[in-house]
Amino acid sequence: MEQLKTIGRELAIGSHGGWGQSKEFLDLVKSIGEARSKAEEDRIILREVESLRRRIAEPDVPRRKMKEYIIRLVYAEMLGHDASFGYIHAVKMTHDDALPLKRTGYLAVTLFLSEDHDLIILIVNTIQKDLRSDNYLVVCAALAAVCKLINEETIPAVLPQVVDLLAHPKEAVRRKAVMALHRFYQRSPASVSHLRLCDNDPGVMGATLCPLFDLISADVNSYKDLVISFVGILKQVAERRLPKTYDYHQMAAPFIQIKLLKILALLGSGDKQASGHMYNVLGDIFRKCEQSSNIGNAVLYESICCVSSIYPNAKLLEAAAEATSNDSHNLKYMGVDALGRLIRINPDIAEEHQLAVIDCLEDPDDTLKRKTFELLYKMTKPTNVEVIVDRMIEYMINISDNHYKTEIASRCVELAEQFAPTNEWFIRTMNKVFEHAGDLVNVRVAHNLMRLIAEGFGEDDEGAESQLRSSAVDSYLRILGEPKLPSLFLQVICWVLGEYGTADGKYPAAYIIGKLCDVTEALLCDDTVKAYAISAIMKICAFEISEGRKVEMLPECQSLIDELSTSHSTDLQQRAYELQALLCLESQAVESVMPLDASCEDIEIDKNLTFLKDFVQQSIENGARPYIPESERSGTSNVSNFKSQYQHEASSHMLRFEAYELPRPSPAHVIPQVSVPTPIADFFPVPETTYNSETSQASKLSSVADASSAAHGIKLHLDGVQRRWGRPTYSSSSGPSSTTSTEKTTNGVTHIDGVGSQSRDKLNESRRQQPEVSAEKQKLAASLFGGSAGKTEKKATSTQRAPKGNTRNAERPGVSRSVSPETSKEKAAPSVPDLLDLGEPNPTSTTIVDPFKQLEGLVGPTPVPSPLDNSVKTSGLETPDLMAAVYTDLPPSGSSSGSLTSTTRDMHSADKTSNTATSEPSIKKGPFPQDSLRKDARARQVGVTPTRNNPNLFKDLLG
Amino acid sequence: MIRAVIVMNTQGKPRLLKFYEFQPPEKQQELTRSVFAVLSGRPDNVSNFVEADAIFGPVIFSSLLFVSFVAEITKKKKQEEFKEGTRLVYKHLATLYFVFVFDSCENELAMLDLIQVLVETLDRCFKNVCELDIVFNFNKIYNNQMKTTVFMYVELGSSYVQMHTILDEIIFGGQVLETSSERVLKAVEEISRLEKSSSSVSFVPKSVSGRFGR
Repeated sequence: MEQLKTIGRELAIGSHGGWGQSKEFLDLVKSIGEARSKAEEDRIILREVESLRRRIAEPDVPRRKMKEYIIRLVYAEMLGHDASFGYIHAVKMTHDDALPLKRTGYLAVTLFLSEDHDLIILIVNTIQKDLRSDNYLVVCAALAAVCKLINEETIPAVLPQVVDLLAHPKEAVRRKAVMALHRFYQRSPASVSHLRLCDNDPGVMGATLCPLFDLISADVNSYKDLVISFVGILKQVAERRLPKTYDYHQMAAPFIQIKLLKILALLGSGDKQASGHMYNVLGDIFRKCEQSSNIGNAVLYESICCVSSIYPNAKLLEAAAEATSNDSHNLKYMGVDALGRLIRINPDIAEEHQLAVIDCLEDPDDTLKRKTFELLYKMTKPTNVEVIVDRMIEYMINISDNHYKTEIASRCVELAEQFAPTNEWFIRTMNKVFEHAGDLVNVRVAHNLMRLIAEGFGEDDEGAESQLRSSAVDSYLRILGEPKLPSLFLQVICWVLGEYGTADGKYPAAYIIGKLCDVTEALLCDDTVKAYAISAIMKICAFEISEGRKVEMLPECQSLIDELSTSHSTDLQQRAYELQALLCLESQAVESVMPLDASCEDIEIDKNLTFLKDFVQQSIENGARPYIPESERSGTSNVSNFKSQYQHEASSHMLRFEAYELPRPSPAHVIPQVSVPTPIADFFPVPETTYNSETSQASKLSSVADASSAAHGIKLHLDGVQRRWGRPTYSSSSGPSSTTSTEKTTNGVTHIDGVGSQSRDKLNESRRQQPEVSAEKQKLAASLFGGSAGKTEKKATSTQRAPKGNTRNAERPGVSRSVSPETSKEKAAPSVPDLLDLGEPNPTSTTIVDPFKQLEGLVGPTPVPSPLDNSVKTSGLETPDLMAAVYTDLPPSGSSSGSLTSTTRDMHSADKTSNTATSEPSIKKGPFPQDSLRKDARARQVGVTPTRNNPNLFKDLLG
Repeated sequence: MIRAVIVMNTQGKPRLLKFYEFQPPEKQQELTRSVFAVLSGRPDNVSNFVEADAIFGPVIFSSLLFVSFVAEITKKKKQEEFKEGTRLVYKHLATLYFVFVFDSCENELAMLDLIQVLVETLDRCFKNVCELDIVFNFNKIYNNQMKTTVFMYVELGSSYVQMHTILDEIIFGGQVLETSSERVLKAVEEISRLEKSSSSVSFVPKSVSGRFGR
């Protein structure tokens, strides 16, 4: 302790003496550290920035001093203050020869400048020079700058140097060069054609996987032939044939495994043959994965993702489903995510985990909750839609994050539209959604709702239709009493009241008109709502007049008309005058102006404007020039002209580093199709393909039909949603027995019911065996998952989800069609040998052959391998097994001292359990308590007293 | 790819910001603030993942007039970039938050382990890392040969620069470069060794460093 004090004292003396400015730094840093408020901190930094601004401009600043200034500037900018006056000095510093200064300069410019900053021009030359430096640290610093600062225009200036670096003797440099090339590829895919696939060093190989992942996701098909090589590499990695130094927490190179699995998932999706190669190694990974460590779970999760996206294999799916474990919060999150992926292929999987899922739903963790809602969204069926949507709305009401609220509201709407069991429920749900998130939902949703009410969901039964309408009117009149309704919802209400308010004769016209007038007087009423309201009043008056009844003008209505006819909005004015005019007409005329229930009539639109033909013809005869469509006017010649002009412009005010690049092929010129704007377009149902991309992915079966529906997209306007409402569906709220009975009566598919109830019974039995779970949860589980027990429901789902298009077709052969995926799966299964049980290597797999060599052979698809590659290739061929060579080259070094690893392990396990234990700091403070003491003593020495800023820390240090 | 690394304390003061896509300083501050707002609202015993589309994704205007319009755009955008879901993983250690922001090309659990790697490396480098190391200008260099700890008092930010150096060895251009903290440490040590040997400017007077070496 005495010694420590002496050191501190000496330091303090030193700071006064030898280093001039250092005392200042200390004060600055201390005051920042102790600043109680943001304002105080700002004040300190502002003063600092001012003094820096003055000093940095002084002539003859010593270089060392300058380095300090630059770092202080970086610091100031991190704290949110403008340091742009110092950028140029940072740029100058990169020109310095001394390594520390150069590195500092590069660090500062990468943090300061954007790739389009004007000063970049001054750095490019330095970067070029530094990339050729024989000091590898200079090269690395330059490469880091390249990654951040080089934009599309400057890539050609440094590309050759970076490519040369691929042959650098230092592994670290090669690796960074690959990353830099990847960055180039991200910036401008056309500029890079040098990606090398093979390298002696596994680290560089791992780095190459990143750009490969990008390349493959851009174009899967041209890399299909690499599948075997990737599988080979993955196998070698999983079999721990990499040097020990690549191990991480007893896993063999997990990050490389993860990248490989991601690539395989891309390559294998929808490709049976490619997937066939993967089953073996994936099975291996499942078996080997230990779930004790975090990273082990990461690999496991990634392989689940892979399994769920490649061509399905029953065995693997089973293994994957078993692996979705739910321990800690992080793993729960991943487990729920994995379930969401698996459920797409096999909806039954979620059932085994139903209680865990419900736990997640009640978890305090918001992220987990959202993830769970995502899962529920994916597994929604007619049987559980009520529970799920109710839960979603309940959650939606309580969140304040608009972004997510919008999303969940649109999901509610989507699910309700798709699966609503009854019309009343649908309207009730929509009302709730509108009430709580009205301004966040899409306008189309409102239009859809209006249309659904107008058309009565396609039922032939007039009675049910009018009943629905009057129930809607009832509910809206009730809701109107509530304050602060969103504008969109008010629009819907006005429209419905106008159309159907008086239709059933329950409410007198005057009552409805009075209500509508109240709407317009509300504080937050905007012009659109007013327009809707006055139109609604007009409609009601018109219906009354055409019925032959006398319309007595309410005083508030009259004042509304007066107000609107002097409104700033011409639209409102016109509507008000129209209403006034209408009131003077006789009943005959009114009936033809405003016919009853006309909203359902189709308005024909003549898109070709044939009625203008005569006129056009006449004009042409009179000497006018014929019309040339816009697409032809800016035809191909113009496009290229435009393009070259653009390029010329671009080059005129930019510095060029190369003579001229080859003319690029001009991109396809897309001209938005100009169509006659149709006022009715908003009332078209949203085509299903765009609306729920996720669910359409869910079943291949429906996707085929989806395509056809998309093809019919334009014609489909009115029968789209009808079909979903085509028949009453089972409601899950009534118990299992009643469900079957309704099924019987409504569906007429009697033979299925037996299966459904039987399996449901089975499920109930199994559930009875878990007495420790609360009854409430079980109920919830039953309502959520119960439906999926029977196969019938599954089939029903697939037919339900089968899109509109052909209403009759989808319903009848539904049963026979939905069997087909299962049979196809069965067919697929025998063709693939039982992979998980394979003890010996698969005869077809080529694991004996060195995968790197194969990669070399397959390098073909990457365009134009650089000449450099050839030399490496030959050298590669000399060694029969590169991995073995590497292995011998880099003998496994005794990785670390025992204490270090134990600390690490401690930290790791602490991390796993730590979520609960927050009072104790998660960083293990290692076996050297005196270190902490020393540090604390130093802190006190220089005048820092422990404040409440970081009590934990000090408890930590001293304890 | 990894989009950003943020280290801040439990009061929301940034301690290290590194954005792998350029963000102007004001935007950096704003993002840091909103990340802090999210993190400070989360209880301790929950998962380390947050979906950050709302923060790093498209901005939502609060004005009512624009809402429906924006909602439409957002929806479209979301469908286009369905895979672009930005997430963040954080770790709360003592008085610091370590936050990694990344897109769907990365694995959450793996990112959590990457934070672990960073923290481990910092821990080894600074020997029991704490906020002091990052804020204050203590640079402690563990001298293996002498088996003693030598304190050196260097200018402000040497530890800050050191942190950047470490981070650059782990993440390069938004991609994971190295995951073994030993190898990172080795690289960092070599850098500081070479820097010292090649440096023409001496930062620490010989006499002083000699006095401290015991």
